[in-house]
Amino acid sequence: MNITGRKLFVKALNEEKVDTIFGYPGGMVTELFDELYKQNDIKIVLGRHEQGCIHEAEGYAKSSGKTGVVLVTSGPGATNIITGLADAYYDNVPLVCFTGQVSRNLIGNDAFQEVDIVGMTRSVTKYSFTVKDRDSLGKILKMAFYIARTGRPGPVLIDIPKDIQIAQGDPSYPEKVDIRGYKPNCSVHIGQLKKAYKLLKNAKKPLILAGGGVIVSGAQQEFREFVEKVNVPVVTTIMGKGVLPADHPLYVGNGGLHGKYASNLAISECDLLFSIGTRFNDRITGDLNEFAPKAKIVHIDVDTASISRNVVVDVPIVSDAKRALERLIQWAEPKKTTSWLKEIGIWNKEYPLEMRRDKGMTPQIIMEHINANFSDAIYVTDVGQHQMWATQFLKMNDGDKLITSGGLGTMGFGFPASIGAKLANPDKPVVCITGDGGFQMNIQEMATAITNSAPVIIVLLNNQYLGMVRQMQQLFYGKRYAATCLRKRITCPDDCKGPNEKCPPYTPDFIKLAESYGAKGIRVEKAEDINDALQIAKNNKSTPTVIEFVVSSDELVLPMVKNGKPVSEMILN
Amino acid sequence: MNKIIDRTLKERWISLHVENEVGVLAKVSGLFSGKSYNLQSLTVGTTEDETVSRMTICVKSDDVTFEQIKKQLNRMVEVIKVVDLTESPIHMKEVMFVKVFNLDAAGKEELFQIARVFSADIVDIGVDSGMIECKLTTRKNNELIALLKTKFHRIEVVRGGAVAIESISTCCI
Repeated sequence: MNITGRKLFVKALNEEKVDTIFGYPGGMVTELFDELYKQNDIKIVLGRHEQGCIHEAEGYAKSSGKTGVVLVTSGPGATNIITGLADAYYDNVPLVCFTGQVSRNLIGNDAFQEVDIVGMTRSVTKYSFTVKDRDSLGKILKMAFYIARTGRPGPVLIDIPKDIQIAQGDPSYPEKVDIRGYKPNCSVHIGQLKKAYKLLKNAKKPLILAGGGVIVSGAQQEFREFVEKVNVPVVTTIMGKGVLPADHPLYVGNGGLHGKYASNLAISECDLLFSIGTRFNDRITGDLNEFAPKAKIVHIDVDTASISRNVVVDVPIVSDAKRALERLIQWAEPKKTTSWLKEIGIWNKEYPLEMRRDKGMTPQIIMEHINANFSDAIYVTDVGQHQMWATQFLKMNDGDKLITSGGLGTMGFGFPASIGAKLANPDKPVVCITGDGGFQMNIQEMATAITNSAPVIIVLLNNQYLGMVRQMQQLFYGKRYAATCLRKRITCPDDCKGPNEKCPPYTPDFIKLAESYGAKGIRVEKAEDINDALQIAKNNKSTPTVIEFVVSSDELVLPMVKNGKPVSEMILN
Repeated sequence: MNKIIDRTLKERWISLHVENEVGVLAKVSGLFSGKSYNLQSLTVGTTEDETVSRMTICVKSDDVTFEQIKKQLNRMVEVIKVVDLTESPIHMKEVMFVKVFNLDAAGKEELFQIARVFSADIVDIGVDSGMIECKLTTRKNNELIALLKTKFHRIEVVRGGAVAIESISTCCI
């Protein structure tokens, strides 16, 4: 017996064990929402903007390992998710996004709310497709989930014309798909891996560089076991932060643009860089000609196209991190790295990550209080200075997880992503660390958090500026703060040199704003009050809590590698 | 260790087997524009299997970029197979028409001679103009255009882009 496209749509979601959809209705998806209304297995989380929906799905997917599902309408609904698609594409988040589309006979007519969303998103999705006939719907839905979650995960967009949603057709949802052009690699070349291990065995100053791939493949345990067995120091990328607790004796710190002095020096001085699950983004390498100049490089990555793309490597290995590590553990023998670790230790003492202690409530002190107050927590950051401070100072003990927008650097990501993370992990504390700029980019999702009972803790570092850009202006643009002061009004003098007593008040008042949504708002201006505020937030299990930390405008993220310079050349103070 | 990377640009050929679907051409060409790869020519047509199309692609790139291009193409779900033809024995031809204008009698005579030498045909003729049709290699077509430009005042060219296929015997190129 034939069934409608909308019935098959819901059947497919059930078969894929989808329990939550992040969506926003509109004219071309009313059929699908109506079908979802008739069932109880899948919960619909109604965002307040489609961009919010897709970041929520990302947070949901990153924190649970499940595939995030988004359902939005055609036209503006579809274009509003593009930023999220790009974000998920760069950070390898498994998403399946459904967009409504005008009926097939109207496609190409510039119909109301018609856009060529597949054409617009080709370069930021792993796969995108407009369903063209009802009978292929089942196969395409199956392909979408399969492609999104296998190999190097990523976002898939399926565009479903309205007439297909109601058309009768094949009721079956295939159990398996075979795609001749898509065969994710699921083995590891043992010969290459042996070669890599031999290099590691013979190296005097080996260094492991771990990226987000280790976390995406769920290989933290294997990673830790391997590292401890071979006794080799570890530097992480931002996305790899959390593979080892910050206090682990073998953990050096983050490398790259705002990496630790010792980490970047270790990269420059090591004779073997054993990298796993990183694509050697320019934020990690700095000047490519000077990157790891003394080292042979091993590169393990699931994506062939990431290997020897930015950095020419000596031993390329195409493999999922987990599979490679499982094998490496079997061979691992302890190495004598005492003097090399000592050398790194000396650099660490020379320039530790440390803000001045006499400056009141610094971001470092706030992060230290967060470390002390939470365990087994999910930390979600937005993008900017606070993100760097979080990756520098969070301890990331066992059970902690960090979710951040690494590749695309999407301001506005953090808060909605934290809602998604909370909905997937209702029993864990979810702390969203954000800035006053990024929080305002998706602040409307406060309503989503309230209405869906997602009591996230929002640690808002308000420095009244778009701090990351302000920092560049302070260091490289003669303190000309063009368009970065969020207090600046039309009445301000043109030659303003920074905050003074004549400055207009900040807008919005985040406390009143939180209260207007029905959330709790706490303003903290002194270090003594940090702890109480965090405790109140922790105990508030019914609504989100916004803690606005009023911090200084001129705090910098240091060290900093200037664009295009080698990572060993850092601005330290 | 510092590696010396050869950055010389060379012409390279790829035969790409893709799903015969709407949007695949846009996706493949979008990759070249989006990543600033230097696309020289791209042709596409169906094959003996109606679900598969085959593209012949010529790019000018250095070794590292070319490796990356092949990997990026391979990554696409719609791409079934990437065959690097650069070093293989292949048969390759490109269709081209050239109109030559303002010919006097001697000019026409010369045009016929050139066509003969290049194994091309004169397929149309007017009072003071003529048209060459040829299927030569891209390089040979380039040479023919260069020659016609020096010999005649005004020409009009349309070319189809090359199609290529691996040889059956291995000695001919």
